[in-house]
Amino acid sequence: MILEIPVESYNFSAAGEAASRVKKTLQRLGIDSQLIRRVAIATYEAEMNIVIHSDGGKIILQVDEEEIKVQAIDQGKGIADLELAMKEGYSTAPDEVREMGFGAGMGLPNMKKCADRLEIKSVVNEGTTVVMGFKNQS
Amino acid sequence: MDTRYHSVVLEEEKCKGCTNCIKRCPTEAIRVRGGKAFILTERCIDCGECIRTCENHAKKALADEFTVLEQYEYRVALPAPSLYAQFKTAKPENIISALYQLGFDEVFEVAYAAELTTFAIRSFLKKYFEHKPQNKPPLISSSCPAVTRLIQVRFPTLIPNLIPIDPPYLTAAKCFLREKLPLLNLPREKVGIFFISPCPGKITEIKTAQEKVVDGAFSFNTIFRQLNHCLRQKKPPAVNQLSSGVGIGWARAGGENLAVQVENAMAVDGIHNVVALLEEIEMGKLNEIDYVEATACPEGCVGGALTIENPFVARVTLRKLADFYGDRKLPEAVCQKAEALLEEDQAFFNYQNPLPAKPILQLDSDLSTAIRKMSQLEKILNKLPGIDCGACGSPTCRSLAEDIVQEQAQLTDCIIILREQLEELAQKLLVLAQIKPPAMGSLMEKEGKNDP
Ligand SMILES: Nc1ncnc2c1ncn2[C@@H]1O[C@H](COP(=O)(O)OP(=O)(O)OP(=O)(O)O)[C@@H](O)[C@H]1O
Ligand code: SF4
Ligand SMILES: [Mg+2]
Repeated sequence: MILEIPVESYNFSAAGEAASRVKKTLQRLGIDSQLIRRVAIATYEAEMNIVIHSDGGKIILQVDEEEIKVQAIDQGKGIADLELAMKEGYSTAPDEVREMGFGAGMGLPNMKKCADRLEIKSVVNEGTTVVMGFKNQS
Repeated sequence: MDTRYHSVVLEEEKCKGCTNCIKRCPTEAIRVRGGKAFILTERCIDCGECIRTCENHAKKALADEFTVLEQYEYRVALPAPSLYAQFKTAKPENIISALYQLGFDEVFEVAYAAELTTFAIRSFLKKYFEHKPQNKPPLISSSCPAVTRLIQVRFPTLIPNLIPIDPPYLTAAKCFLREKLPLLNLPREKVGIFFISPCPGKITEIKTAQEKVVDGAFSFNTIFRQLNHCLRQKKPPAVNQLSSGVGIGWARAGGENLAVQVENAMAVDGIHNVVALLEEIEMGKLNEIDYVEATACPEGCVGGALTIENPFVARVTLRKLADFYGDRKLPEAVCQKAEALLEEDQAFFNYQNPLPAKPILQLDSDLSTAIRKMSQLEKILNKLPGIDCGACGSPTCRSLAEDIVQEQAQLTDCIIILREQLEELAQKLLVLAQIKPPAMGSLMEKEGKNDP
């Protein structure tokens, strides 16, 4: 099962819709609600990173018996120093975005905490692909 | 009692098969089929939104009739505080006296019980905040049954956030049973305890309770005429009320928060607003809030689906009453009383049973089947026009797609698809009509050739 949801850069009024659709889809599949919560929160962080830090992209949800896989793929400036980006509190979010309550530098650490596996591939000035896997404990 | 029992029901003769209710239902629990609406019982949360929406008054709540009182030797009324806001001039003491006049032997004010509940919630919160986990979603009040059921069916992850304290009407009944019943020298079954309810949610809760604490419920509708009749006699009140403005205030949105006095509290009313807020809470976006009072009805219980007075007017009436009887300070006597109850039984105010999750959204209990159905659903959804017109009898195109996958509907239930298929058929017919039978065709061809 595959679901693909486009995410627009800097569109804050639509922000969160991808995560919400992912959540609703998983509810339809009867996935355990605590697991859904983890997936939804991690997806929301990935979605917001596309909105805030990239030129736009998409969220792809894939589900099979073993795993729930969420990919966040974007085009944009990419992440130069991945290790630094993963640090709690590190953020390059501009002030206007901080005004809205983002930019605590907690998104990527949160995603790591929520997901059972996290892979990030990023090329500067091209884009970033985040892959998160969640084990289906059924 | 059947756990699928609902007090909200449809009066078939009145239903015209319009689609107003299916659109407003927060759990997509209504469908129109064969020209009549019907309620999917496992999804209904008894919020009463359809009763409010239906212009033909085809939805109603099954409450008890007054005649049930005849079965009991001793009759106890538990009037909801919102009842006090249904009358413009009558004061609570007049209303309580009128209830005695109607034949009740005892009136135990739910507004008073709400004050005991206030104390219980405060003590619960005090303990909770001593070790409050960091970055946790807020606690949610359990006083509105439509909200607790909504959480059970749509937001099961938030069940642990519900405060495990009984709503005031149950506390009222429990107090009566504990303190007054033993003095009556009557067996329990001879004593009838009845809640006077502003909403179907509470009626359902009472009728489906695993352990019977309250014996039944009357809606404001049932009791209003007789009550009004008594009140119009303008007799001086025979009794005093026990409640203060703190308990009375519970009946309006924000009243519980005012009573409980938590610093970072938030109040939300109206079932669709509640859904939107719970979405945010579930996504961890409101972790800076400590306490949420959520009521399904607009303006809180004064806007209950079975009330008579306009919710906005009722809210003003109630605010004035609460103000008049003092809504800033929990009376000392109440605190002592609640403390004594807690000392005797630490769990006195607590739920009997934890609330189970009742997920309604899953397509199948088997994951592989659910995945297959989900792909099918998305494919069907792509074919549907996406205008959510409701003419198919399902509230949205997505829900029709789901009904089709679940074999409860078919693609041609969509009137747009039906038209497209008719058009295709018409075109085929046209083509077919233009084909000439070989005999005629060749004849006509010859005729054509003969033409100059
Ligand atoms: N998709 C992306 N494209 C480019 N840069 C990114 C992307 N995702 C993260 N980054 C970089 O990594 C940093 C850390 O990301 P993280 O999500 O942890 O924090 P944040 O987005 O800045 O703040 P928060 O998520 O707490 O609102 C970002 O500030 C940004 O510099
Ligand atoms: S808000 Fe009050 S009246 Fe409305 S459903 Fe909830 S408890 Fe009943
Ligand atoms: Mg981020």
